[in-house]
Amino acid sequence: MPDVAVETHEVVRTFRDGEVRALDGVSLSVPAGRVFGLLGPNGSGKTTMVRILSTILRPTSGRAVVAGYDVVAQPEEVRRRIGLAGQFATVDENLTGFENLRMVGLLNHLAKPYVVAKSRQLLEDFGLADAANRVVKTYSGGMRRRLDLAAALVAEPPLLFLDEPTTGLDPQSRSELWTIIERLVEGGTTVLLTTQYLDEADRLADRLVVLDHGRIIAEGTSRELKAQMGATVLEVGFASTDDAARAVPLLADLSATPANLEGHNLEITVDDGPATTADALRRLDGAGLSPTGLQLREPSLDDVFLALTGHKAEDGSDLGPAAASGHRRG
Amino acid sequence: MSVSDLARTRVLPPSASSRPALVWAASDVLTIARRNLMAIARVPVALVFTLVQPVMFVLLFRYVFGGVINVPGSDYVNYLIPGILTQATIFGSVNTAIGLSEDLQKGLIERFRALPMARMAVLAGRTVADTVRNILVLALITGVGFAVGFRPTGSVWTYLQACLVMLLFAYCLSWGFAFVGLAAPNSEAAQAMTFPLIFPLTFASAVFVPVASMPWWLRPFANNQPVSQATFAVRGLMMGTAHGASTWISIAWSVGIIAVLAPLAVARYRRVS
Repeated sequence: MPDVAVETHEVVRTFRDGEVRALDGVSLSVPAGRVFGLLGPNGSGKTTMVRILSTILRPTSGRAVVAGYDVVAQPEEVRRRIGLAGQFATVDENLTGFENLRMVGLLNHLAKPYVVAKSRQLLEDFGLADAANRVVKTYSGGMRRRLDLAAALVAEPPLLFLDEPTTGLDPQSRSELWTIIERLVEGGTTVLLTTQYLDEADRLADRLVVLDHGRIIAEGTSRELKAQMGATVLEVGFASTDDAARAVPLLADLSATPANLEGHNLEITVDDGPATTADALRRLDGAGLSPTGLQLREPSLDDVFLALTGHKAEDGSDLGPAAASGHRRG
Repeated sequence: MSVSDLARTRVLPPSASSRPALVWAASDVLTIARRNLMAIARVPVALVFTLVQPVMFVLLFRYVFGGVINVPGSDYVNYLIPGILTQATIFGSVNTAIGLSEDLQKGLIERFRALPMARMAVLAGRTVADTVRNILVLALITGVGFAVGFRPTGSVWTYLQACLVMLLFAYCLSWGFAFVGLAAPNSEAAQAMTFPLIFPLTFASAVFVPVASMPWWLRPFANNQPVSQATFAVRGLMMGTAHGASTWISIAWSVGIIAVLAPLAVARYRRVS
């Protein structure tokens, strides 16, 4: 029997008296001791899922069991075993880093000497020792996220929910956070992570679920998902939209998925980048078409979506304050 | 290892979890109250609003308007200071609305909701912190009052009773403002929503001027509304002219307000997301 940290069955959550279905029957099973990724654009239901699992929000219907306890029937038991960090869980700006951790520790009903020692240790581990007695207002974005994560760890929860932990961070802060998360997992913590970045899911998550409009549209390992859509994206730019349109039938059979035509640009997902590129150039040349730009790149979330759903990842659906205030992705 | 093993085998950090839930609830309230008090001390603007504003009111009414206000049978300063005390503590309880609204807006409440803490502690801690702030305000106004000529003729004991009646009233009122703070979309709106509530209550009252000086149609409201009753009680106790009725009426208002509004605020806290 596999180790299961989180198990949900047909979880539905609606807002505004049923007008908006943020989650539309999500069943997932998160193995213990691993990193599980919820991948999807804004408005796909990721944050709603995390809020239900962390007992902040009740599901409209369906069942969710976290660390062995039902989130509706025994929320207290769930809260004792989880940590929550990310875009909406936050820290008190008017307190120092140390005071924030101490407050969260005491509210977790832990013994005071333990809380003090653990807070100091976490500040040290997360490179915040020098800023420990500074008011959080003076912290940078990266420092705040690290403190936020530290606050989620004071009680040493076996299960950690990270809601878009790196959204809005600069590349260096991102990779610092990634390293911290990896260390936690090595230490045995189960992590459920939401992200809208494929590279983040790729780097951290062992298993992924892709959400779109509150439904699971794909699941598997990062490798499986990529295999489903081709490993690389070939972008070809043309001088005119006419040229780009003429190129579509020429390159169609190079990719298993439909080409994405956008104005002057044509994108296809391919398995063998260099060879396919050479082939594509020969075909275009033969037809008298000369590209103005050529690029091979890693697939993005948009590409995954295009491959999986046939439509682009949109973030139009409004799911209330939680979704609306998030970072938007063009 | 199965689901339940995950919960059991992991050694949880030391907690004195043998303590009864009520003790933990009290501990949570104090933790939150302490956090709110530290925030007050660290945000100079909030401190100025809390402490300087009532002093300004004292000076304004003592030296600017006071000359034209006649109070039969009393020095105006002795009439004024108990009124300012009432007004300042009521204004202080508005901070509950603003503070809670800010916590909600910034996402702190989201964090609290995912912690195994007592649900009512976020609200109770806030109201307790605002009471501590009000005690400071009472002490300050008392000091400033003496400096500008306030000479209460009651005993120290009745003076303290007056302060207790007022603190109780303001505490109960802050539960009402907790509800406003949770219902408001942001802290600016929370402030704006409290204004039409406290303005008529503090100014169409016996706080600054005798009700007898008001037009006939305003007097029934001004005489009987809760802030006036609290003012009568505070003034009577401080000046040693206490008549039990207003004290008990004021306490009854306090109990009534908290009995109705605290459950509403808690229900709102549970619902809000």
